[in-house]
Amino acid sequence: MSEKLIRVLVAKPGLDGHDRGAKVIAQALRDAGMEVVYTGLRQTPEQIVSAAVQEDVNVVGMSILSGAHGTLFPEVVNLLKEKGAGDILVVGGGIIPDEDIPALKDAGIAEVFGPGTPLAEVVKYIQENVKN
Amino acid sequence: MFSKDQLDKIAAKRENWTAKLEATKKKRPERQPQFSTDSGVDVKAVYTPLDLVDMDYERDLGLPGEYPYTRGVQPNLYRGRLWTMRQYAGFGSAEETNQRFRYLLEQGQTGLSCAFDLPTQIGYDSDHPLAKGEVGKVGVAIDSLADMETLFDQIPLGKVSTSMTINAPAGVLLAMYIACAEKQGFTKSQINGTIQNDVIKEYICRGTYILPPEPSMRLISDIFEFCSKEIPQWNTISISGYHIREAGSTAAQEIAFTLADGIAYVDAAIKAGLDVDAFGPRLSFFFNAHLNFLEEVAKFRAARRVWAKVMRERFGAKNPRSWTLRFHTQTAGVSLTAQQPMVNIMRTAFEALSAVLGGTQSLHTNSYDEALALPCDESVMIALRTQQVIGYEIGVCDMVDPFGGSYYVEALTNALEEKAWEYIGNIDALGGAVKAIEYMQKEIHNSAYKYQLAIDNKKKTVIGVNSFIMEDEEKPKGLLKVDLSVGDRQVAKLAKVKAKRDPAKVESLLQAIREAAQSDANLIPVFIDAVREYVTLGEICDVLRDVFGEYKQQIVF
Repeated sequence: MSEKLIRVLVAKPGLDGHDRGAKVIAQALRDAGMEVVYTGLRQTPEQIVSAAVQEDVNVVGMSILSGAHGTLFPEVVNLLKEKGAGDILVVGGGIIPDEDIPALKDAGIAEVFGPGTPLAEVVKYIQENVKN
Repeated sequence: MFSKDQLDKIAAKRENWTAKLEATKKKRPERQPQFSTDSGVDVKAVYTPLDLVDMDYERDLGLPGEYPYTRGVQPNLYRGRLWTMRQYAGFGSAEETNQRFRYLLEQGQTGLSCAFDLPTQIGYDSDHPLAKGEVGKVGVAIDSLADMETLFDQIPLGKVSTSMTINAPAGVLLAMYIACAEKQGFTKSQINGTIQNDVIKEYICRGTYILPPEPSMRLISDIFEFCSKEIPQWNTISISGYHIREAGSTAAQEIAFTLADGIAYVDAAIKAGLDVDAFGPRLSFFFNAHLNFLEEVAKFRAARRVWAKVMRERFGAKNPRSWTLRFHTQTAGVSLTAQQPMVNIMRTAFEALSAVLGGTQSLHTNSYDEALALPCDESVMIALRTQQVIGYEIGVCDMVDPFGGSYYVEALTNALEEKAWEYIGNIDALGGAVKAIEYMQKEIHNSAYKYQLAIDNKKKTVIGVNSFIMEDEEKPKGLLKVDLSVGDRQVAKLAKVKAKRDPAKVESLLQAIREAAQSDANLIPVFIDAVREYVTLGEICDVLRDVFGEYKQQIVF
């Protein structure tokens, strides 16, 4: 394989405990040959960013089902930039109303995956958009 | 149930019939090579008495209201009274949730079910840094008794029963509920309701834990003891399979993991010196109603039978009320799709029907827009109307357990029971549910992944997602939006409440909680003393965190 291994941090920011989706995505990325670290629940943006830098990942995937995405997703992007890790691809998922998506994209979330997204679509998106 | 002679005749007939079936299959090939339920029980084309040769009617089924309660916990079930129609609600501030509660009661709902926001569920006040962005989002924010008073304004707590989805800080919220009811002029003996209070499943799959298992189990036993003496009709725990299923388990795992958690609570309470029949009758359960209709009906029946055996045979309970598994049901949130959301009304209706045919005591039906947002008034009303159609229009409530005696449903009930015992055996071997948290997490994750792969490769059809897709689908309008200012308003209200208190008094009440926590004293009475004086949830939980430490999640992936 000539391609560099893609390293992904799957993270659960905030207090939300629903991690079925996060773990299923993490498993699918791993099965697609990526190296995946899952943070576990209740991560602050600071914790996520420090894990991303420490693990030297190319991608951060976040999942929120509690409605706190508008506050927490952009905070992670901003902190990544502050740490000089602004080239990390940041994607999100969860219960996120369509009308919130433009603001999230403006804030630097590259893509938002809603309920019903096939796993293969997420894998493909990351493979095509990651900056190695 | 059948004589040897009859069974022989049926066996001979079935042999001929099987030859016919094979011939038919050549002309009309079957849709898939194999049929099975979500729990992996193989499904045959037809079921006969031959599938129930070992069944003993008296031993395995009995009559409704009789051991082992396979057919239900009441002799006349819905002929007496329909299940409690109880829609889970709560968002934003206490004022907004109070309005939703009153709307639901006006629409004919018969009990309340309160959702709290995540900071409340994890014991943080709204002004805590970790509460940022979460206040009022998935439920109502409750910081102090002042919020509880607003929440139940003009709702007489002595007359309505309330279920509260609160776990780690359940004792504190129960204390607030009692204090609020007393301020309204009711006594403890007049109030009725349920606290979820099931912390083990928080460790397993729901995530709103605070303390490590040992002190958590002690708090739960404190609640059992306090309620058995002071509010004997309160449901002290709602041992929940709902979230286990939502997290991805199969139906058989849902039964097993839920009842294994139940076994752990009973063990802990007995170890704390309580008599099993003092608290056994007040244990209640909470299950999911998922899409595989007949498997769900069988699941409820099997769960009742397993729990009856657990309480009578394993724990030696003598009071028949301790043997009965009474449960609330909610339809499967995970089965709702963001695509073609109106189709969710049908999914929810079938799921709800399975719960009714399975003999549920209360029911929440999901709203069609919940894969998109919190439900709006209109979608909540349709969800409630769905229950009313089942209860009042389609005739399924006029007899008890109509699927009793169905060859398939009985065989499936047996198969699920057998699988459940196997899992319970595995959990026992690991030292019980608390020790088996990571085992259950792994099992649930594996099932969830399998389920998703089955959708992705179209082995499982999901309308609107992998089949019958509509291009250019119009998105529903009028979705509920939680007012973004709720966090700021809540923080301001909290500051006002705190400013009115006597700091020395607050300090001494918190000190009393600290001392009780450090001794064997029951914590609930000191919680009540504190909340009456508007000591906040966060302040109380901070003391508990300080005394007992916090739970650290083991990451299983």
